[in-house]
Amino acid sequence: MIEFVRSVRLWFAPERVREDGETPDYRFSLANERTFLAWLRTALALIGGGFAVDQFLPDLRWAWRVGLALALLAAGALCALRAVSHWVRCERAMRRGEDLPVSRFPALLSVVVALVAVAMVVVVLAGWAG
Amino acid sequence: MTVPPGPAAERDPGLQPERTRLAWRRTTLSCTVAAVLAAKTTLQGGADTLHVVGAALCLLVWLGFLAVAHHRIRDLALHEVRPPVMTRRAAVVAVACSVALAVFAAAMVT
Repeated sequence: MIEFVRSVRLWFAPERVREDGETPDYRFSLANERTFLAWLRTALALIGGGFAVDQFLPDLRWAWRVGLALALLAAGALCALRAVSHWVRCERAMRRGEDLPVSRFPALLSVVVALVAVAMVVVVLAGWAG
Repeated sequence: MTVPPGPAAERDPGLQPERTRLAWRRTTLSCTVAAVLAAKTTLQGGADTLHVVGAALCLLVWLGFLAVAHHRIRDLALHEVRPPVMTRRAAVVAVACSVALAVFAAAMVT
């Protein structure tokens, strides 16, 4: 948690990182930027999925609909925040010549997405049966 | 910030700046889809002041993202050789736009 707060402070203090270590090959920075953008697209897709649940499953019971939509939206917001934090940490590791940070976030995210998908299938099937 | 292209500085054969530019375009497209869905959901709630203001805010968020993406794409296009690193502000603003859309959605869904 403390690490996270420290990294949030770094988001807004670009000049502090610039002095850290040396500038890496610009191609690595661009690759890092594309990874960031890919995560951002994932986040936007999850947020779009949240809207879609709300729009296209109007027959669902309120609690299920809102629960599924909020799960997707929370995953999307988390994904976006984590994207910038990961970008900052990778950039810093490259400047310092350290190993790139590893993370269990991708695994966690895929588990959450799988759970939401299974829940949707069950809910939609149960809705048709009932 | 950038080194002017000299005789030694050649254009990257891997076309990294171009790929990054296209990645920004894809992301802009994703943001557009999310913003359109957001505005549509808001306006379906009714056409009173609150909902119209909500839709206008979605438009504003979309414009914010568009501005960041445009700025960055132009930066990358101007510096085919050794483009500057993405600024932290650009990253934070892009993420803030996404999170704002998520917050709108949460407010609308509940």
